[in-house]
Amino acid sequence: MKTFVDAFRFMADNPHLLLEKTGEHLELSGAALGIALVLALPLGLWLGHLHRGLFLAAGVSNVGRALPSLVLIAFGLTIFGVGFWNNTAALVVLAIPPILTNAYFAIDTCDRDVVDAARGMGMTGMQVLLRVELPLGLPFVLAGIRVASIFVIATATIAAVAGGGGLGQIIVNQASYGLSGVVAASLCVSVLAFAAAGILTLVRRTASPSHESLT
Amino acid sequence: MPGQAAELVFDEATKRYPGREGAAVDHLSLTVPAGEICVLVGPSGGGKTTALRLVNRLIELTSGDIRIDGTSVKAQNLVQLRRGIGYVIQQVGLFPHMTIEANIGTVPRLYGRPRSWIKTRSAELLELVGLDPSYAKRYPAQLSGGERQRVGLARALAGNPPLMLMDEPFGAIDPIVRTRLQDEFLRLQREVRKTVVFVTHDIDEAIKIGDRLAVIRTGGRLAQYDTPRAILEKPADDFVAEFIGPDRALKALSLHTLAELELGPPADGPTCGLEMTVRDALALLLEKKATVLAVTDEKGAVIGSITREELLA
Repeated sequence: MKTFVDAFRFMADNPHLLLEKTGEHLELSGAALGIALVLALPLGLWLGHLHRGLFLAAGVSNVGRALPSLVLIAFGLTIFGVGFWNNTAALVVLAIPPILTNAYFAIDTCDRDVVDAARGMGMTGMQVLLRVELPLGLPFVLAGIRVASIFVIATATIAAVAGGGGLGQIIVNQASYGLSGVVAASLCVSVLAFAAAGILTLVRRTASPSHESLT
Repeated sequence: MPGQAAELVFDEATKRYPGREGAAVDHLSLTVPAGEICVLVGPSGGGKTTALRLVNRLIELTSGDIRIDGTSVKAQNLVQLRRGIGYVIQQVGLFPHMTIEANIGTVPRLYGRPRSWIKTRSAELLELVGLDPSYAKRYPAQLSGGERQRVGLARALAGNPPLMLMDEPFGAIDPIVRTRLQDEFLRLQREVRKTVVFVTHDIDEAIKIGDRLAVIRTGGRLAQYDTPRAILEKPADDFVAEFIGPDRALKALSLHTLAELELGPPADGPTCGLEMTVRDALALLLEKKATVLAVTDEKGAVIGSITREELLA
């Protein structure tokens, strides 16, 4: 109990340090999520639309989940050297699987009759995807992004071992900041992860097709 | 947007799937005159739906051709072709995330029609298919199966297509509502006069709905193409005879209504309307154990009578 009290005292004593590290943490997580979204979201949606590439969508996930981020960071050191991009790359690899897999299955499992009607009425492939499949699959797509952001925010902590910034720098450096500092920074990471999850849950609720709330 | 009705020609239309023995649709040739309902009828899995989907190219022809008002479907832009053909399927396929109005407005929106135009048009169409205009703002999940299929029909009519493709549209609906929808569809067709290709495996529905029936046997081959009356009176072969059933003489009675018969002077007996089919009148007679029926006009006034002998003549 005393540790937690000390942690809060640490927060009160070092607001600038924590804010700065939180900012770095968000920058790193945000960059990784952004890149992962740009890469995985269109790919997953398009493959799902074509009902092709199940192997890719599922395979990437399994490989991605099996690779520990720490190992990737170690590999990455040889490519990117120490710093921001090495860590970002590792986190991108972590974020892609849930985004890609959920996007793929969200579209792939859309009601076939609804899609058949849309095509039969003369929608182009893109119109079918954007006007029918994506709105219907949106909750599932957002769920994938939510999982990815929690993963990334939590894992961004280990960036510190490869010269990255963020709250991890405090967590892995008990010698300098003491146990209270470590716990305080850990709490910050938790709050960030919960906040991201909460925001995406809210987005998902507002974006849910209104037919669900009406029935 | 298109309009009126188009003539549809199947010209040796064939679909083969690689690696599968036999064709799904085999050299199908028939002409559907503009404004008529052609029912493709036959056993399940016989290639009826495939033949239908060859028209709007949801399935591509292997060989042969299909022409709408003389233009090959292959010569037309895929998206333009489909926008000009109304498409109704058994599971309706309404967009669950859109209001009824937005569903009906799908094709006009693809044509770039303004919102106000779509609003007016969908109100018109709701009325045409017998739904209250207040349905416009509801969602598909709030409607019954029968109501959804009415919306499906309205949605297919919204672009005023000269040709409608209907794939077992009433197949998933309970018998009572189905009968009502069939009656209303025929009433609607008298108003809009589209060329319709209608798929069903229900021979009674086919006889009721179709101006012409195309009986399709397994393997997608045409067994007989003619009016319901001609098919019932003279089935082309054993397959057709077996498919339409041993009671085909009885079925033929449902092609005529009392209005077509010469009525006797008004008499006492169970009453029936002029629009009743001879088959139903006979059933009523048997049920009531009567020998004569009193025939009424639309207002319910007795205007004549018909005897058992006259019905069977």
